[in-house]
Amino acid sequence: MSTFATSTDQSAPVSETSGRRSWWIPGAAVALGVAFLFGAMIGPAGPAWHQVPGEILDRLPFVSFDSGATALQSTVLWQIRMPRVVLAAIVGAMLALAGASYQGVFRNPLVDPYLLGVAAGAGLGATIVIVVNRSATDSWPVDPLPVVSFVGGLLAVLVTYTVGSAFGASRVPATLVLAGVAVTALATAMQTFLLQRNTEVVRQVYSWILGRLSTATWADVRLVLPYVVVSSVVLLWHRRLLDVLRVGDDEAAALGARVDRIRLTVVIAATLGTSAVVSVSGLIGFVGIMVPHLVRMLAGASYRRLLPLSVLVGAAFLIVADIPGRILSDPAETPIGVVTAFLGAPFFIVVLRTRQGALR
Amino acid sequence: MSSVSFVDLGVRYGDNVALQPFSDTIKPGEWLCLIGPNGAGKSSMLHAVAGLVRHDGRVLVDGSPLDLRSSRRRAALVAHVPQSPVLPHDMTGFEYVLLGRNPYVSYFGSETAHDRAIVRDVLERLDLGAFAERRLGTLSGGEQQRLVIARALAQEAPILLLDEPTSALDIGHQQQALELVDRLRREHGFTVLSAMHDLTLAGLYSDRLALLHRGHCVAAGAAESVLRAETLSEFYGVTVSVHRDTDGTVIVVPRRTMPLA
Repeated sequence: MSTFATSTDQSAPVSETSGRRSWWIPGAAVALGVAFLFGAMIGPAGPAWHQVPGEILDRLPFVSFDSGATALQSTVLWQIRMPRVVLAAIVGAMLALAGASYQGVFRNPLVDPYLLGVAAGAGLGATIVIVVNRSATDSWPVDPLPVVSFVGGLLAVLVTYTVGSAFGASRVPATLVLAGVAVTALATAMQTFLLQRNTEVVRQVYSWILGRLSTATWADVRLVLPYVVVSSVVLLWHRRLLDVLRVGDDEAAALGARVDRIRLTVVIAATLGTSAVVSVSGLIGFVGIMVPHLVRMLAGASYRRLLPLSVLVGAAFLIVADIPGRILSDPAETPIGVVTAFLGAPFFIVVLRTRQGALR
Repeated sequence: MSSVSFVDLGVRYGDNVALQPFSDTIKPGEWLCLIGPNGAGKSSMLHAVAGLVRHDGRVLVDGSPLDLRSSRRRAALVAHVPQSPVLPHDMTGFEYVLLGRNPYVSYFGSETAHDRAIVRDVLERLDLGAFAERRLGTLSGGEQQRLVIARALAQEAPILLLDEPTSALDIGHQQQALELVDRLRREHGFTVLSAMHDLTLAGLYSDRLALLHRGHCVAAGAAESVLRAETLSEFYGVTVSVHRDTDGTVIVVPRRTMPLA
């Protein structure tokens, strides 16, 4: 009784995902391993590049290996190079993961932690803490700096979202970006105002804004790691639900998803992680938009693959992006934010061009 | 098979009443079609049943209130095919239909092999196997519409809500889509509530029509009692002639008011 047109070529057995795609995660993990090793091999002083794999082997439990490096070279590797490489990996992974999550939860391909105003809000929060007097809080059990910068980042993204949706961001994605620009400008202006009135802390605030990736220690890694782990676990848990949100709020709700709760949870988790890494790395733009788009082009747009792959590729990307800064250190080091912007700004324009249809 | 009852179901947007209190019962396996001019309240009623807008009154499924259930339990009872579905252009057909399994997956869980088997089965039954790996953006309007219906089927809900399921399709694909729903409803005993603009197709496929006008239900019953030239003229402001085919099909044909030269 079916009047349905049935052609033979349509009755092929259903395959759900081609085998090709399942190699993306191991592939990205290998790329991260290579980037990590490469990052550890490069740098002044320290052991020669060929001694580095041996040094790493020696550190593994139950393995003893003489790399031929002196004790001093070994210290340079483990106390100067390694924290920097590890911190770059953590920051890159977090920014890319947060960017992909924001893009999913706002259903907007253009947003990243910077364009949403998160970074500027976090910066304002940090400035307030420093101005109010940093030393008075030294004895506190919990450092208020990351906490207040998190609150600042969260407030900024909520204002951006509220203002953006009030002016039709669901129909015109660029509206959300424009709202983010306004929030960023306001937060930056308030920060500048505070600094003008408290010139004695300018140095301290600027070293925060520019980050301290170049002077990274294991203490910095320990400072951000708890926030990044909590944030990443929560975000990765939501990867299936971010796929459900791709059909829009109404349809996701009709499919039984609690859209508002998902959106709030993801925004809080992504903002927590972003604020934490911004507090050690400074303002590094474009990673959150560049890496997820690159992954989408290669491995498809499903958030189930996109989120874990963004973690791996983001980590590898920032380790590599940090290398020019370490080589081109004469007369002064190239800040990593300069390197990512150099790559990211043209990339953003390419995204605008290829996604034009989706932006109307 | 499930029955759906409406007890004084009403929808308001602020001061604007979209649907006046509406009471009716759709029997298990029955197809009720809402007709009426734009803004009559058809979509509002479907949205109320799908849980997308706040409403007054009650919707009962097999006698128990739908609005007291969790959003996931509700989605396991009622599948909604929206008027203009969002089709992420880079999502594959399989990924899209798999979304229909969301009501059965816990918040942090993921789909089981059983869920995937159901999706494969639905795709094969609707002859959509070839589109499992294709991206939605590369498919035609008719193919996309069938995938939307496939997603609703993967929900395994006994109640199907169709909001203008054929408005974007040509006459051939309109017939295909409605034949598909009709076949599935007979095979699986779905209870169907739809909203449609094409009056002839509405009368042809549904068991019963309800004519809404400015939120009021002004006529309800079989096609031949609702689709009358004077009724349609009163509520649509249209001049039509209504014919009956030899098999009982009611055919509504618009008339030109200027005489044909």
